[in-house]
Amino acid sequence: MKKLLLIILLFLATLYISLPNEFKGFTKPQYKFKVPDLLFGLDISGGSRLVFEADTSNLNGVDKKEALNGLKNVMERRVNLFGVSEPNVQLSNFGGKDRVVVELSGIKEMEKAISVIGTTAQLQFVEIVGEGDKAEIKETNLTGADLSRASLVFDQNNGQPAVAIEFTTEGAKKFEDLTGRNVGKVLPILLDGVPISSPSVSEKIIGGKAQITGSFTVEEAKNLVTELNAGALPIPVALVEQEIVGPTLGADSINKSVTAGLVGVGGVFVFMLLMYRGLGLVANFGLLIFALITISLYKLFGIVLTLPGIAGFLLSVGMAVDSNILIFERFREEKGQRNIKDALEISFGKAWDSIRDANIATLVASFILANPLDLNFLNTSGPVRGFAITLALGVLISLFTGIVISRNLLRIFVKEPKV
Amino acid sequence: MRWMKYRWVYFGLSGLLIAVGVFSMVTTGFKIGVDFTGGAVITYQIKDQSKKEQIKTTLGEAKEKPRSIQETNNGLLVAKFAELTTEQRNDINTLLKEKHDGAFEEVKFETVGPSMGKELIIKTVIALVISSSLILLWVAIQFKSIKFGVSAVLAMLHDTLILMGGASLLSHWGMEVDYLFVTAMLTILSFSVHDTIVVYDRIREMGRTGDIESVANTAISGTMRRSINNSLTIIVMLVALVALGGESTKWFATALLVGTISGTYSSPFVAVPILVTWEKFLARRKK
Repeated sequence: MKKLLLIILLFLATLYISLPNEFKGFTKPQYKFKVPDLLFGLDISGGSRLVFEADTSNLNGVDKKEALNGLKNVMERRVNLFGVSEPNVQLSNFGGKDRVVVELSGIKEMEKAISVIGTTAQLQFVEIVGEGDKAEIKETNLTGADLSRASLVFDQNNGQPAVAIEFTTEGAKKFEDLTGRNVGKVLPILLDGVPISSPSVSEKIIGGKAQITGSFTVEEAKNLVTELNAGALPIPVALVEQEIVGPTLGADSINKSVTAGLVGVGGVFVFMLLMYRGLGLVANFGLLIFALITISLYKLFGIVLTLPGIAGFLLSVGMAVDSNILIFERFREEKGQRNIKDALEISFGKAWDSIRDANIATLVASFILANPLDLNFLNTSGPVRGFAITLALGVLISLFTGIVISRNLLRIFVKEPKV
Repeated sequence: MRWMKYRWVYFGLSGLLIAVGVFSMVTTGFKIGVDFTGGAVITYQIKDQSKKEQIKTTLGEAKEKPRSIQETNNGLLVAKFAELTTEQRNDINTLLKEKHDGAFEEVKFETVGPSMGKELIIKTVIALVISSSLILLWVAIQFKSIKFGVSAVLAMLHDTLILMGGASLLSHWGMEVDYLFVTAMLTILSFSVHDTIVVYDRIREMGRTGDIESVANTAISGTMRRSINNSLTIIVMLVALVALGGESTKWFATALLVGTISGTYSSPFVAVPILVTWEKFLARRKK
């Protein structure tokens, strides 16, 4: 009975989290913390469309094409580092002008996004030659392109946010030479031509590690890290258009598909009831809890749902239904041969081997596709990843509901037929 | 049922379907979606907001249909097309003018590059090769024989080819290879292995209670009801999406439907027959 109580409790808690905060005029009562809304991607709920115009006046032919592709890649990387799921970044040509169209889903701080995406972030190290009045700035060959990594740190002396940088092997050599010939002098660092820091060099620095301290706020330092890690834009850009756009899949089309999906789910429920009667009812309840837990976790983890993501979810639903069908079919075979209680336990045991092996195979595949280690030779963003993340999560939850919930419910409700 | 007696029939059927698919892939190829090719975007300013829905409908009736139409907050319609010639663009505008003159204005025509590059496909293929190898290993370890792993992956390859062939054949009716198709492909690969493992599990459970052929026959009979019921639940869902769902997800659901049928079929009728043929071949050589 205690178990049944816990299951009911879990059901109510996830039901509360899953329900939309507002629906057709009804508002959900809120307690101490506000449950976040379910987030949808660009294809389902639309987002913002930003158009940047690239200044390609100094470039022609092959150089231009290469620079534009580089521009697109860097902007795409920045959007991804910004944490937007499945953005749409495209080069566009309008009346001879080269542009980059960036479409993003659900960003609240649009101004910040624009500044992070559109900042050139050309980092330069300059040295000062000459003395007194004759002193002038001289460009060096050390730039942001020589960085291998940037990260946010806090200065050990005063606790101020700072940006730690690491140079590539080649960059480290340049940095060593540069600091070597500037001992006792200042070595200004420019970002897009503006000095952000002018540290003085006390000794030659070997090993290619340095720290940029300036009067940063934490937010500014974070943005700079994002920009530096994604690389400088090869061409400066200017924002020329900004608007809010509807879903790429079309709002009508989505409404129709939602209705179709509900009809489909209803069909599955009816099928399970017809096929397995009472057992089907338990399975349907198990599925309902499965769906509620999944939606709750999407909300709590802030997972952004796109159509590929929903496909991953539906596949895991299919696999959860399959686990039930496997157990029920075994039960049908076993119950003629022994008493009901034993038959149920044996069905679980026998079905479990195949459920385990099949689900682990799926987990392995989704793990590689989701690429949680951000390996460079695999996709680090995009529809494939969105699909894999919801699939992996769905399989894990379905194993939990299958083992813990459906099993206990069946133990409670399946009884010996009265003689 | 002596399912395995007819295994050459299954091989023949699969071979024929794959051959038709490959033939279509070679001769017709695929219709590649705008995600990968890039295309053209026409932006319309809607002057008469009450006509917006009608204009969208008319656009959908044009000879060169837009792949997507997005509305914006400032009264624009952004219609994305595959590559458009000047002539095609004029045709679309003439058609719109005929029906809704004065209600709209073309404010911008631009050509756009792909939003998903070759890189995505290459990286996805790499991921698939790695995950297939790991699945092969996992199945081989769990079932204590490399033959199980190899035949499961071959059945997966079978489903991939069927699905790709299907996409090529259906391109005559407008099916495109886009990011949703890539997703459908991944879904089906996972489904295929999942289904195969369930059938294998029966073979493993029965152990060496007879020769491989009779074990396979009993295992397939034992799992047939489950296979059909499980697939039916998925098919119910997908048929609803194909029949009632929106235009933009119709082909996605179709791809999943083709893949589900192939994935269900390939477990007892491709993976197991390969396994049986392989075992028998080895047994004969031992003699």
